[in-house]
Amino acid sequence: MENLLSGVELLLRWDVALALLVGSVGGVIIGAIPGVGAAVAIAILLPATFSMDPIVGLTVLLGIYGSSMYGGAIPAILVNTPGTAVNALTTYDGYPMTQRGEARRALSIAYSASFWGGVFGIICLMFLSPMLALIAPHFGSREIFLAALLGMVLVVLAHRGQVFAAGMLAGFGILLQTVGLEPVKYTKRLTFDQTWLASGFDLIVVVLGLFALSQAFLLLVEQNKTPTLEPVSGSLLSNIKELWIYKRVATVAGGFGVLMGMIPGVGEFTAQFMSYTYAQKTSKHPEEFGNGSPEGLIASEAANNAVPAAAMIPLLALGIPGEALTAMMLSVFYVHNVIPGPQLFQNQIDFVYALYMAMLILNVIVIVFLVFSTNLMTRVIQIPTRFLGLVILTLSFVGVYSLRNSVVDCAIAAGFGVFGLILKRLELPIVPIVLGMVLGGIMEVKLRTSFTRVKSPLDFVDRPIAAILAICIVLVIALHIRSVVKDYRSGPKSINRPVNNNENKSR
Amino acid sequence: MNEKNTKNLFLRQRRSGDLVFSLLFFALCLFLAYNLPDQTTWSKGTKLPAQPAFWPYVSVGIMTFFSLLHLLTGLLSPAIKGRWLEVTFWLRSLEYAVWFMVYVFIVPILGYLLSTILFTSTLSLRLGFRSVNNLMLAVVFGIVVVVLFKSFLQVKVPGGQIYEYLPTAIRSFMLTYL
Repeated sequence: MENLLSGVELLLRWDVALALLVGSVGGVIIGAIPGVGAAVAIAILLPATFSMDPIVGLTVLLGIYGSSMYGGAIPAILVNTPGTAVNALTTYDGYPMTQRGEARRALSIAYSASFWGGVFGIICLMFLSPMLALIAPHFGSREIFLAALLGMVLVVLAHRGQVFAAGMLAGFGILLQTVGLEPVKYTKRLTFDQTWLASGFDLIVVVLGLFALSQAFLLLVEQNKTPTLEPVSGSLLSNIKELWIYKRVATVAGGFGVLMGMIPGVGEFTAQFMSYTYAQKTSKHPEEFGNGSPEGLIASEAANNAVPAAAMIPLLALGIPGEALTAMMLSVFYVHNVIPGPQLFQNQIDFVYALYMAMLILNVIVIVFLVFSTNLMTRVIQIPTRFLGLVILTLSFVGVYSLRNSVVDCAIAAGFGVFGLILKRLELPIVPIVLGMVLGGIMEVKLRTSFTRVKSPLDFVDRPIAAILAICIVLVIALHIRSVVKDYRSGPKSINRPVNNNENKSR
Repeated sequence: MNEKNTKNLFLRQRRSGDLVFSLLFFALCLFLAYNLPDQTTWSKGTKLPAQPAFWPYVSVGIMTFFSLLHLLTGLLSPAIKGRWLEVTFWLRSLEYAVWFMVYVFIVPILGYLLSTILFTSTLSLRLGFRSVNNLMLAVVFGIVVVVLFKSFLQVKVPGGQIYEYLPTAIRSFMLTYL
């Protein structure tokens, strides 16, 4: 109880209150603008948060992460264009409802399902992370190495249909973190006698290039797009009760969101797919799915909003990020010498409680803001995309340059920006690079440490948790190979018609 | 297992330009693999996982293996038109990378405020937003960014060289807030 009150005390500060407001409202606005997204905003703001208190900085970033998907539902429903990538499934049922003249109903259902998913995820975070933190002290170097390796394997295999690309890009991420002066023997690695490579590649610089600058370049080069849409009339509270009618779907979807959010590399897309499939299979009206089904809308929105809180579970309990956004947040922890893991729960539990409460408050602020400002958001959506590119490019400068005032950092970020643009155009995944950098660094340190106490490779898995993790790795790979072979035996693989990138600009 | 089926196993959906990217990435892998012995060190009396060269070898190995498979699946999949059009699109992004770097170079000379206003307004003109309203919007946006990040959030952006020519009181204000 004392810790809980201490956590409340942490939140009762003007700067935290401001961070709550900026994070939640800013996240909604960023999410509502197609072409920006939480990753771009977090990458830009990351260096600015380094000078803030950890609770303030993390509240802003968590606010953007958690609330962007609320905002992303608005253009998904009104103009059939998802605000963030994870709102793509929302268009399936949200837009047909708008076409039927039920835009207000669709938005109301989406907001209530998002709120339910968000709160459900936070409740699970509250119960599950202390449990994981109880197990966490049994995680030595080898267990953390194996957990990170499992994360890498899952990140690669989760990109079904793009496993080879994900594998090579994950390898590239691991390679990037090895470049420079190696910290134990002080030997140079892959520096090619270039002084600017001696300090290696900074994660923030790479992330800003891959997410923010690439998006700016993409928007600047592409044709200008300005969506037009009608304002929504009537109260957005009127259809919130429909969530109660479909409470089973909402709860199961939230459950899928939590489960998939906790597993590294899986995240929103799989959670949505599973909850949508479940909702359709158990619905009395499966034929309505894809044609404006409220159940489908609830399944997709509740699932994706449950993920952010769940993704914090492995980060807080073990210090292992499961996707790009939590990987970025990990750097905020490290900058302030707050090390996620079991010690965090033992030594700074008030900080953890404050984070939980901040996330709950964020969801409340977002829902209140959306009820009263959806029509304002419809005007934000209409910003011309090329002007948006200018905005992102200008803001990216602050992100990169303020780190070390280094021209070299800016040039590296610009290089990764062009590389990120190519990956986006080819629809190849960027996340494996970021996770390769973060998890690669963890794996290198932990493998080196663990081998000082290990005589043979079998000793490596002689502890229960290490053995379980090793079995999980083998099992995950075996199951993937099995499913590929199964697909192969079931007949010729149906692939879509090859796509010319220029045909698809409107998607 | 006939040839058609075996080939089918490796088919994947891809977009125009994929093959060019796959080839370039594989070439990068080969370049790195070739240079690994010169660019890394093996220490005597150190266990394999603690060797400085261990992780570069592992990562380049992973990259080469997967990029070879990615390239092969690309070669086996149906050809797509518009490859060079797509490469042109990639190259067009270099123009904005140059814009960005020019911005980076002028900030230490003109200062953050003036450089940002200059950058947003000229880029706005370049993008076709040429009306007075649009230009005003670009200028106001530039000012808001500087005030928000430098004055309010106090991010580390150095003052411009031209600030040296300002009167002392204004110079210290400009150095701190703009």
